[in-house]
Amino acid sequence: MTETSSTPHGLSIHIMGVPVLLAVWALLVVGTVVTVVAAGIDFGAFNLWLAMAIATVKASLVALYFMHLRYDRPFNAIVLVGSLLFVMLFIGLALTDTAQYQPEMIPGYSPGMKE
Amino acid sequence: MSTHEHPDYLGHHFETPQQQYDSSKLGMWLFLATEILLFAGLFCAYSVYRSNHPEIFVYAHQYLDKTLGGINTLVLICSSLTMAWAVRSAQTNQRRGLILLLSMTLLFGCCFLGIKYVEYEQKWKHGLLWGKRFHPHTEETRSHEKTAPSAVPPAIASQPAPVAPPPPTGEDRSLIEAAPRGPAGLAAGAIEERKPGHEGSRPSNVQIFFGIYFLMTGLHGLHVIGGMSVIGWLLVRSVKGHFTSEYFTPVDLGGLYWHLVDLIWIYLFPLLYLIG
Repeated sequence: MTETSSTPHGLSIHIMGVPVLLAVWALLVVGTVVTVVAAGIDFGAFNLWLAMAIATVKASLVALYFMHLRYDRPFNAIVLVGSLLFVMLFIGLALTDTAQYQPEMIPGYSPGMKE
Repeated sequence: MSTHEHPDYLGHHFETPQQQYDSSKLGMWLFLATEILLFAGLFCAYSVYRSNHPEIFVYAHQYLDKTLGGINTLVLICSSLTMAWAVRSAQTNQRRGLILLLSMTLLFGCCFLGIKYVEYEQKWKHGLLWGKRFHPHTEETRSHEKTAPSAVPPAIASQPAPVAPPPPTGEDRSLIEAAPRGPAGLAAGAIEERKPGHEGSRPSNVQIFFGIYFLMTGLHGLHVIGGMSVIGWLLVRSVKGHFTSEYFTPVDLGGLYWHLVDLIWIYLFPLLYLIG
């Protein structure tokens, strides 16, 4: 339900159809409700991953349809995915680093522990 | 090719409108990538602090208003719909539709900021702020509201922040100030007893959660204001009839920026408000 148009000056563009826009909007609303409901249930350590998975599905919908990435030149998507890879590298390495500073290496750092 | 028509909106250094359009869009995406990396610094602070002190997040996230946060998420999603629709209107030469949809997007943006203001005001009233300004008195406030709804004794408001327990002494002890609990796993039992509902069991350094909260939502809020300024400018230009199906690049790029702001909120909402 999407159209492409070509103007007299040869600008070839993709136009999102209204039904697609409304469908994406409805899915985003459903996704928000699902996140809120899922947060009320305790899945233990899985909570964070579930919330992030739902958020990523929602973000992908926004990027692919509202931001036209699905119909754009692939290079724009490469820029976005590339920046996200660097974000993951940044956060991943920072977490790996901070995990090295275990409290047992610093005596007295964690009085909550039995020694 | 040199004989082709050169429309007003086409920069002299571009061969065709298509080349200009594609270049503008690529430039915008590169800018959005830098925006993502800007926010990544704060997401990194969040991740590191959360992995070291999950108990603080379990304790503190209950003070954020899930209802207002959820409504704001829906408001932003609606604004993204109207923005994407506005781009469509520009592409299809529907000037009145474009004006209407841009105005609606601007209205949703105002709505988001209004709700955000209400949330910030509540945090301010309850002293749930960053660093040295963290003087929480929510429990006290709640019990006072039942008896005397108007007056919050100034004595409570001016209570000093709780002092961390003194570090253990002895030759082998480090000079680093004691943390109340060890990081995740090592103090798993301790996290249980610090679940909400236990009065007076607030973990230390909760102010850092609110520091992260205000920085992340504050930077996001600044981006909302930035996006609204761009939409306001687009609105003025669309009233003047500057945009046609031949030339709608500013609407398209402004839309991309607005969607990115929505995208970041999609992650901020569950991370800050929902998972503890």
